[in-house]
Amino acid sequence: MNWTAIWAIYKFEMQRFFRTLMQSFLSPVLSTSLYFVVFGAAIGSRIDEVEGVSYGAFIVPGLIMLSVITQAISNASFGIYFPKFTGTIYELLSAPVNFLEIVFGYVGAAATKALFIGVVILFTAQFFVDLTIAHPLAMVLFLLLTCLSFALMGFIIGIWAENFEQLQLVPLLIVTPLIFLGGSFYSISMLPPVWQTITLFNPVVYLISGFRWSFFGLADVPIGLSLLAIAGFTALCLGFIWWIFKTGWRIRA
Amino acid sequence: MTAILTITDLKKTYDDGFKALKGVSLTIERGEILALLGPNGAGKTTLISTICGMVTPTSGTVTVDGHDTQADYRAARAMIGLVPQEIALQPFETVINTVRFSRGLFGKARNDAHIESVLRKLSLWDKKDTQITALSGGMKRRVLIAKALSHEPRILFLDEPTAGVDVALRKDMWDTVADLKADGVTIILTTHYIEEAEAIADRVGVITHGELLLVQDKETLMAQMGKKQIEVQLGEAIKAIPESLARFDVKLGEGGDSLVYTYDTHGERTGITGLLVALAEAGLVLRDVQTRQSSLEDIFVDLVDGEPA
Repeated sequence: MNWTAIWAIYKFEMQRFFRTLMQSFLSPVLSTSLYFVVFGAAIGSRIDEVEGVSYGAFIVPGLIMLSVITQAISNASFGIYFPKFTGTIYELLSAPVNFLEIVFGYVGAAATKALFIGVVILFTAQFFVDLTIAHPLAMVLFLLLTCLSFALMGFIIGIWAENFEQLQLVPLLIVTPLIFLGGSFYSISMLPPVWQTITLFNPVVYLISGFRWSFFGLADVPIGLSLLAIAGFTALCLGFIWWIFKTGWRIRA
Repeated sequence: MTAILTITDLKKTYDDGFKALKGVSLTIERGEILALLGPNGAGKTTLISTICGMVTPTSGTVTVDGHDTQADYRAARAMIGLVPQEIALQPFETVINTVRFSRGLFGKARNDAHIESVLRKLSLWDKKDTQITALSGGMKRRVLIAKALSHEPRILFLDEPTAGVDVALRKDMWDTVADLKADGVTIILTTHYIEEAEAIADRVGVITHGELLLVQDKETLMAQMGKKQIEVQLGEAIKAIPESLARFDVKLGEGGDSLVYTYDTHGERTGITGLLVALAEAGLVLRDVQTRQSSLEDIFVDLVDGEPA
């Protein structure tokens, strides 16, 4: 393993993040506060509580997931797309590194940034609602796996994209709807029976349900299934990336 | 000298069927400067990209100091520095960060003293904290060289290092290349500019249509293929070459007021004396005499034109 190279990529990517630290830090704080004002205050006044949890607290795991997933994808996809766009990818391809090292560097940095934002949102939420975390270890595990797996997915999108429009396409048209419809702001049990069944085909449901379970001990789907879903998704992304580097798809002639 | 880079029957056919390399074999000696000349689309960049790992070869092998670039790519690539043809840099990074990144990427531990010496050598030290986007084109090109040298490579590839660079900067670049050679770095450069190859290369390779036409010592190449011409300005224009001059390879210049005689400097007899005597006997008055030596450019054009398109 070329650890020096992994560290070089990681550090280079993180420097980009620190250069815009205020923006990186302020935007999740502001958007979380807005969600609390809109959803917590406006809708929360109509929905008192969900399965014994106050509505304001109930949406916290979903809110964290929403930001973490979008941030992990956008950071990782931009991180690898930008070298393709500027042409600096020649250096990665001619360096004595293998695909795992490149992935560790870029995905590690993107996951770190997403994790940072998730933690910022968690702390911001404390100002609005009383939060207790029933299973802290499980919470950390879910958060880490989510950051990692969606950063992997972002990496794939970045390799696949041939222009900036395509870079936005998947997050905008697929990921965001799946997150919103995945029970970020409501419990699946609040839906009509038909929609409950349809919703179960949305992979994000398993993530949010598991993550919410780690906070409040209540879940829409069995916790084991949630863990299996996120582990399976991570493995799927890793397998795809392995194939990309093996065949040189979209990067090597 | 011993070989540092050995290319054996290297072939590359792209997915669309285009044969960019049709079996190139080449051995490069330690410490030499080899210039690869060739028209656009000849396969120069594909050759470099294949050696450096950006393009997977269809068949053939490349070894760098004994390390196969496919099977033992880590050891092979660690010895190579690459300066690409296009300026490719992350615009918002500072010079020093981007150069340090390159060193780390190649697995070398941080060494500020080396980075400083590279940047000083390339007159970039004053700009080390400047964002790339604020640099001039020539400076950006030097940043690319600094990145390539950051990990102390033994072989440096320069893909058209002076394309679009002004004359003064081109001379600077040549000096830099000479310094690197003095440090023992082997240099392979591609260029359109014949004068560049003439000025700095030890050997010249001519590549066209994916084939290496020849690789030769520059001096030998020029001596072997170099022809000299003598141009005689006549006092009065003539309509045809006098019959007494028919045994010489003489051509009538435009306007009929000059004669051009081509001869081989290495021939036992150049035939100049005989020609001059014959001119006097034919009663022609000479106004002026000039000699011209064919440059590498003429040799190159002859070679490339001789190939079926």
